Amino acid sequence: MYSKKTKGFLAFANIFLALDVICCIVPLVLLVISSFTDNTTLIRNGYQFIPEKFSLDAYAYLLKSGKLIMKAYGMSFVVTGLGVAVSLTVTTMLAYAISRPGIPGKKILTFFVFFTMLFNGGLVPTYMMYTGVFHIKNTIWALLIPNLLVRAYYVMLMRSYFQTSIPEEILEAASIDGASEFQTFYKVSIPMAKPIIATVALFSMILYWNDWQNGLYYLTTRTDLFTIQNLLNRMIQEIQFLSSNIAVGQTADVASLPSTAVRMAIAVIGILPIAITYPFIQNNFAKGITLGAVKG
Amino acid sequence: MEKTKKKSKVRRYLPFYLMALPGLVYLFINNYMPMGGLILAFKNYSARKGIWGSNWAGLKNFKFLFATQDAWTITRNTLCYNIAFIILGTILSVTIAILLSEVKAKAAKFYQSFILLPHLISWVIISYLVFAFLSAESGFINNTILAALGKEGINWYSEAKYWPVIIVLVYLWQSTGYTSIVYYASVVGFDKGYYEAAELEGAGPWQKIRYITLPLLRPVIITMVMLSVGRIFYSDFGLFYQIPMNSGTIYSTTNVIDTYVYRGLLQQGNIGMSAAAGLYQSVVGFIIVLIANGIVRKIDKDSAFI
Repeated sequence: MYSKKTKGFLAFANIFLALDVICCIVPLVLLVISSFTDNTTLIRNGYQFIPEKFSLDAYAYLLKSGKLIMKAYGMSFVVTGLGVAVSLTVTTMLAYAISRPGIPGKKILTFFVFFTMLFNGGLVPTYMMYTGVFHIKNTIWALLIPNLLVRAYYVMLMRSYFQTSIPEEILEAASIDGASEFQTFYKVSIPMAKPIIATVALFSMILYWNDWQNGLYYLTTRTDLFTIQNLLNRMIQEIQFLSSNIAVGQTADVASLPSTAVRMAIAVIGILPIAITYPFIQNNFAKGITLGAVKG
Repeated sequence: MEKTKKKSKVRRYLPFYLMALPGLVYLFINNYMPMGGLILAFKNYSARKGIWGSNWAGLKNFKFLFATQDAWTITRNTLCYNIAFIILGTILSVTIAILLSEVKAKAAKFYQSFILLPHLISWVIISYLVFAFLSAESGFINNTILAALGKEGINWYSEAKYWPVIIVLVYLWQSTGYTSIVYYASVVGFDKGYYEAAELEGAGPWQKIRYITLPLLRPVIITMVMLSVGRIFYSDFGLFYQIPMNSGTIYSTTNVIDTYVYRGLLQQGNIGMSAAAGLYQSVVGFIIVLIANGIVRKIDKDSAFI
């Protein structure tokens, strides 16, 4: 059925894409294998795809004496759960309110949301305000609030969904039947907007789970509030610090740092929740990307 | 009569204002209040006196900033990296998108699920992946590849000249999957009629791409490129902070405006200069967004921001 030319082209396309797939997963494979490598082998031979000696020690260590690490892991779940719940509620309500026609001041409110995508104060004033005015430094609020809670982009995405996919007649019918605006919102609009809510929830989940910047800026002394990302960030900073100090001839306290294999194991469990849910979320994720691209 | 009408209008719309309120308050705090703090760039900040109480410094912070070599380095790095990202990223993701649209739908889905994966991983963890390859003592490249070639290991984290390549590769690894899906979605949506007609005329796959797919994709490409151009004064803090592991000896090729502002503020405590660099970024960045958006508007009104 295919001509010779087309066949050759298809082979080329498949080879190119397969190579791309390999490039994408090879670094992850190295990470996972390192976490299953015996630590002395790792130090002697370096990171390898086929190590001399495998070992489960790193994971045994995490389960047995990795209390701090497991606590940080727990924090990641707590912060992500809380963050996504609040973020989704606030974002959906705002998007819905500015999607309904006829509300006085609607244009101004929409612009108020939209303008934050064009211009911002940047890190210095934001940091000064959160630490100096709101005193969130070294509190759990630091992980939940700055920059993550409401993103104008998602508000605009949801707003256009409400506008284009929910017929105004249905909402009017609900209010004629005596439903209050809150009831209409809760019982009619939200169920109809499930696809977009799922998409924004997904993006928000990834945003919270992967965030390390708020911890870097605002958690300086309360390491007990660290999420897994903050912990990984702190450990890599220490490695950098140690290797630069060794370079100038100082002795360093290497013992306080978990072994290389353990650090790799922590990184693996840091990816794990995303890797496990990925098969279920990937369709929605791909859809979400194209949704944003169609109308920014 | 007038009064009751007004009252009922307020009562009618009140629920919506209440729904919008928490989000608006948040945006006011998180996004609008810091804008006022931009005046810090014109002040001699003292923690005791606070933002508003600190003495005015006029343009002193800017004079200091632009007198340093840093101002030039961070501007050059930010712009050059972004230009490289835009050109290489676009070529690569358009190629992948077109190839995805040519293979069988099932295969496309399989490929797609893997090439999207890097985008879901945090920059901290990516820095661990990169470290596994580049670590001087135990990295895969030094220990396995260079050793097999009989070459000496390289101290990657202290040699600035390698970093333009490393940063661009890591960027492409992390982002291409994401952008190629955007292009792929447009290609899949093109009218099949064009292709069927071309096949009847005896066009091969390369000709179809050259004369149908690329011309149809042109407006999408231009729009996507202009959206990136609008962000050309900003960079991904994670990419430039985590991947080079904040290593000081390679700042000449890894320092960008975002990392400079962060280090000035939280590592060196040079708040005046950091604030000046931040304002420089906000203002120039804003002007560029408006220009880029103006261009998008001319080409494709629906994709414009405003």
